[in-house]
Amino acid sequence: MKFTALKRLFNREKLDMKVVILLLVAISIISVVLCLGLGPVYVSPGNTARILLSRIPVIGDGIPHTWQQVEENIVIGLRLPRVCLGLVVGASLSITGVAMQALVRNHLADPFILGVSSGASAAATLGMLFGTFAFLGRYSLSISAFLGAAVTIIFVYSLSRVQGRINMAQLLLSGVAISMIMDGVTRVITLSAPNALGLHNATFWMSGSLAGAKSGYLRLPFVVLLICMAILIINYRGLNLLLLGEESAGALGINVKRLQKLLILVASLMSGVTIAVSGTIGFVGLMVPHFTRLLVGGDHRRVLPVSALMGGILVVWVDVLARMLIAPEELPVGILTAIIGGPLFIFLLRRKNRKN
Amino acid sequence: MQLKVDNMTYSYGGKEAVDNISIHVNKGEFVGVIGPNGSGKSTLLKNIYRALTPDRGTAVLDGEALFSMSHKKTALKMGVVGQENEVPFDFTVEEIVAMGRTPHKKLFEIDNEYDREITNHALEHVGMESMAKRSYLHLSGGEKQRVIIARVIAQESDFLILDEPTNHLDISYQMQVLDFVKRLEVTVLSAIHDLNMAALYCDRIYVLKGGKIVREGTPKEVLTPENIYEIYGVHCDTAIHPLTGKVSITFLPASVYA
Repeated sequence: MKFTALKRLFNREKLDMKVVILLLVAISIISVVLCLGLGPVYVSPGNTARILLSRIPVIGDGIPHTWQQVEENIVIGLRLPRVCLGLVVGASLSITGVAMQALVRNHLADPFILGVSSGASAAATLGMLFGTFAFLGRYSLSISAFLGAAVTIIFVYSLSRVQGRINMAQLLLSGVAISMIMDGVTRVITLSAPNALGLHNATFWMSGSLAGAKSGYLRLPFVVLLICMAILIINYRGLNLLLLGEESAGALGINVKRLQKLLILVASLMSGVTIAVSGTIGFVGLMVPHFTRLLVGGDHRRVLPVSALMGGILVVWVDVLARMLIAPEELPVGILTAIIGGPLFIFLLRRKNRKN
Repeated sequence: MQLKVDNMTYSYGGKEAVDNISIHVNKGEFVGVIGPNGSGKSTLLKNIYRALTPDRGTAVLDGEALFSMSHKKTALKMGVVGQENEVPFDFTVEEIVAMGRTPHKKLFEIDNEYDREITNHALEHVGMESMAKRSYLHLSGGEKQRVIIARVIAQESDFLILDEPTNHLDISYQMQVLDFVKRLEVTVLSAIHDLNMAALYCDRIYVLKGGKIVREGTPKEVLTPENIYEIYGVHCDTAIHPLTGKVSITFLPASVYA
């Protein structure tokens, strides 16, 4: 295995979760500082760090003012919301992936592959068009995306259950079919009513982007991420047991039906509110949990926090690539995650078939 | 009496797979359920360990109504070894066994020294202590089944349900698994495919056919050539084996019998 060296580094027998988490937090902070400086206008990491520190009360006053005002505007005004959104979106998508994988007991599950992202996008565009949830104000978009995600998860889940078991072929095919239907719906809506939809166009919903992030976009996904993460961590034993199968989980005292409903709720909530602000960013929920499990094994007590941090780091860096690769033009970040994640998906699919 | 099931009926849409069955298991007994494929053995056990919900019928475990008990409480009283033991995710052997401790843990409680002790002890019982850190994914079928037995030991319940635990195993593993279970000295209700195994390990046997109990009694009473012909449609000869003192069945192919 290529990962033996890495595995040894994260020696699972003596794996100290504190060290791993601290390491990942440190990498996240370094990534944030570096990524804030990268872009059409380069700001040195030193200046970026000082700009950030100067914003912190108490110690902020002691920081020497070595940067130009325009740099501060770019870092704080333009890039910080985007990088923070990247962290939250990456963490949410990864955790959604983990939750869905436990639900369908298959590590190929991901909100994009199973059509949940498409369902959320379609519902969100519908909501915008008809103003169905307009009375809910600024959260109307997120709520319609959540409902779309929930309906899709329930639909795909029940379609792929054959005699009480999740059939993998059925699962992946219903995911593909539902994404196509939902993408079609989104496209029709965005093409026929372009003015009503403002910033959000079909490309946004289907390939995802963090461009146009505002600090106002952050609060809801962040709060939802924290709540869902807490719920999942509390239930980590149940999640582990679900991977053994429903019957074993039940025999070990888990209320399987209730836990599955909880997982559907948590996964829809997180994917819904995330997609409402970032569109469809695919394969993050597939890639991140996969590499996390290679490093720390299958125990959800480890998988959940490590996935969240790694997902954030991944999306932040891919987003930097997205705005640098063909600068001054910008790639939608979802296109890049698909180019990276698609091959991994094919690899996992082939390996799975070989094993059977 | 540890378990008493009365008039249990379960149907998979239309056809009754378990038809008005009443059975009981006394404390310390090893009770076998035998019968042809599709006779409802597994369905009966699944209804008892609550993977399925019966259409009708009651069950009492340790003097308490089973179906109104919380899942957690059921898991403290009753351990299950099922047929399906594939785990498509990467866990170590030790982690799988430690999952047996789940019903003992409160919401925020993490595994303590006692849990680790029980886990190690369970692994020793099935001779897998040297494999504790191995990945469960890469074990052989027999080794996996031993790990699952260790998990049910770690669960510390005094009543076990085994759903054809030796189905895909070769003979050495079949005997090993049943020996491990016998050594635990707990109450057992087990579906068993192999009649000679049933004769060797069971105190009492229920025979299922078409979802109904058609015979019950000790292996000597139940496993007679006439009964076996009636249930399975095969000819055989039975004798008491001089070493084991148990019934031993020799099946007769058509060439011999004719």
